Amino acid sequence: MGSLIPGVDGYMYPNEVELQWSVLIVLYPFITGLVAGAFILASLERVFNVDAVKPTYRLALLTALAFLLVAPLPLQLHLGHPERSLEMYLTPHLSSAMAMFGFVYLWYLMVVLLLEIWLDYRKDIVARAETTPGWRGLAYRVLTLGSRNVSAGALAVDDKVGRFVTLVGIPSAFLLHGYVGFIFGSVKANPWWSTPLMPIVFLFSAIVSGIALVLVLYMSVCVARGVPIDMRCADTVARYLLYAFVIDFSLEMLDLLHRVYEADESFKSLDFMVHTRLYASHILVQIVAGTLVPIALLALVQVVSLSESARRGFYAAAGALTLVGIFAMRWNVVIGGQLFSKSFLGYTTYKMEFATREGLLTATLLLLLPFGILWGLVKLLPPWTEETARA
Amino acid sequence: MSATDRREFLSRTGKYLLLTGTAAAALEHVLAGRAEAAPGYAEAAHWWGMAIDVEKCIGCGNCVRACKEENDVPREPYYFRTWVERYHVEDGELAHPQVDSPNGGYDGFPERYSAVAATGKTFFVPKLCNHCVDSPCEQVCPVGATFRSPDGVVMVDRKYCLGCRYCVQACPYGCRFIDPRTHVADKCDLCYHRITKGLTTACAEACPTGARQLVDLKDPKDPVHEFLRTRTIQVLKPQMATGPKVFYAGLDGSVR
Amino acid sequence: MAGTPTGGPSSTSRTSFRDVEHLARVAALFLAAVVVFLTAQRLLVPKGFGTLGHYRPGALADNAGRPSAFAGRAACEQCHTDVADTKKKGKHAGVGCEACHGALAAHASDPAAAKPVRPDARTLCVRCHASLVGRPAAFPQIKPAEHVPEGASCLDCHVAHDPGMGGPK
Repeated sequence: MGSLIPGVDGYMYPNEVELQWSVLIVLYPFITGLVAGAFILASLERVFNVDAVKPTYRLALLTALAFLLVAPLPLQLHLGHPERSLEMYLTPHLSSAMAMFGFVYLWYLMVVLLLEIWLDYRKDIVARAETTPGWRGLAYRVLTLGSRNVSAGALAVDDKVGRFVTLVGIPSAFLLHGYVGFIFGSVKANPWWSTPLMPIVFLFSAIVSGIALVLVLYMSVCVARGVPIDMRCADTVARYLLYAFVIDFSLEMLDLLHRVYEADESFKSLDFMVHTRLYASHILVQIVAGTLVPIALLALVQVVSLSESARRGFYAAAGALTLVGIFAMRWNVVIGGQLFSKSFLGYTTYKMEFATREGLLTATLLLLLPFGILWGLVKLLPPWTEETARA
Repeated sequence: MSATDRREFLSRTGKYLLLTGTAAAALEHVLAGRAEAAPGYAEAAHWWGMAIDVEKCIGCGNCVRACKEENDVPREPYYFRTWVERYHVEDGELAHPQVDSPNGGYDGFPERYSAVAATGKTFFVPKLCNHCVDSPCEQVCPVGATFRSPDGVVMVDRKYCLGCRYCVQACPYGCRFIDPRTHVADKCDLCYHRITKGLTTACAEACPTGARQLVDLKDPKDPVHEFLRTRTIQVLKPQMATGPKVFYAGLDGSVR
Repeated sequence: MAGTPTGGPSSTSRTSFRDVEHLARVAALFLAAVVVFLTAQRLLVPKGFGTLGHYRPGALADNAGRPSAFAGRAACEQCHTDVADTKKKGKHAGVGCEACHGALAAHASDPAAAKPVRPDARTLCVRCHASLVGRPAAFPQIKPAEHVPEGASCLDCHVAHDPGMGGPK
């Protein structure tokens, strides 16, 4: 049945025609997912003593920080009244998962990430505070918080406390991204979102995206610096990527299987949407290019003996495709959940603009910004010194 | 200062801060008092809802026009505090109704089913916020900008709303929207400014057939009690367990 | 509090306070931030928030204080008693005054200043009474093209406030 509204097929409740949450809301789970994933990779070294990934440790932490700093920006730009966003801290409504954002974010930023980075870098910070002139030297001196104690005893304390912080940080990272999944998964009004699996699917896809990002970044940075890529490290990271991917894919397939089998009142409408409006982004980009191909590439490396350069190529391709695929997954959840009517009788279209507050240009800039911040962080707190080439 | 002195100092300061903070907050609560919606209006004496008789609705759109005028709702499409849907259900096709709502019913309905009038049934269904007792929109609001008043009306605090749109996503009935001029959430508030003064809602006032009636469930003399007892009553999407307070008589199973 | 053990010497007594003093600084910073936050909270949360529920009680008065565009039929009947008497005998007894005459709260509060405009019958009446599939069969409907000759008005035959009748005037 046709409709007189452009972009709408069938019937939508009148207030549903325009989408509420734009590409910026797609960005937010993508960014926090990268943060959680990068941190969990870093914690593999710290807590589970996976030595092989040590070369990525500091880079992963700085990456997590760079992305975490950008994370609130898409939300602020999306709000109707960003100047009122402080209300989420002043009067958080405890029944709302979204109200938890401010506190979980602050907790993770201050108590986990910043503290862990500070503890790990303290020796370098103190050394540079004493030798670097000018503004940068001032920055280092501020970062020392007034303490110059880098004795063996102090550093041993740092290491112990850092390990504890990382330990606490792992469930914190789970919470940071898991609650985002819950924000969607707990909305009973929307059958595309409402499932208990949502926080878990979000979390595992976050881990996948974070590991992929660190893998790609590590290899790119090595190339940029002109140093050889530590293949033992890259192989290990790629292996963890594969494991995480297999779990993530299984969870998503479980969700799909469940929906198809139960075929509740929403199924026909959602199925039609996936086969039409969401076909390219869901089937082609997320599932085929973004999941099956990377899994195949990574699995192939495990069963077939390939040269180092071949493996590097595979990892780069798999990593890049993974990132695109996980972005597509966020897109399919957020945008897909708004393309169909809650009457199950119609569909609308997402009209993404370009140079507006919530447009494509803004989204692109927000995605590029963390790399700029990371560059700055790497300059201030280099993840490498000649000493850290420890294998 | 020794380590123990330092610890003592910190713990004492902490305790002072905590106590003064709590005491101040408590005092403020006591001083704030209760806010009155309107002079002489006792919220506790009312429990508002709406009764809709689908068999009486003629799809004239008076209610949609009246609401937009009374509540200054944007006239462009896609912003409705209330709207009317037209259903055409072919015999035996309960699961596949044809539904339309041209501009929400604001200009009435153009004739569409004259050719197939004999092979099915056609009827009109007014829709609005259901003022749910267990409202999911209230549950998800991160700051407390949408809430249920003591007399059962779910409404928005325009001065407090951030415009995050979570409530719009959470409503199963599609009754909420974001006002493009003020960038805050908006929806039917049962003309709270009217009902607290003894008037009825604008939509009920404008309805020529009495299909829509404001009801006060706490008023023993309200005709709603007889309505609820004598008619076959439905609510929209009962499986969502939201506790809606808009009661429909004559609602067909095909209505979404 | 945070996952940061601070404070005095550990039980192994190998670690002196000097070696954890930098952590005490972090803890102090954190505590200062908490104090700032709690103070800000007390200063900025709207008065009375939370007394009736998780909302600002002033919002009730805000919503209740908005102006009305419709007066309500009781207001009209206060002055227009003759029309009220005519109407309550006929088929339009249940139809509100403003359902046809539009929103008239301005007129009700200052009759001279806001004079209502008489609606055009041809466009007004058909809104409800034009034949439309979906309207209850018992509801009086006509096909305007057949029922009302060109140039004529519904009011030529019907009295708006008491319209029910068996045939033309």
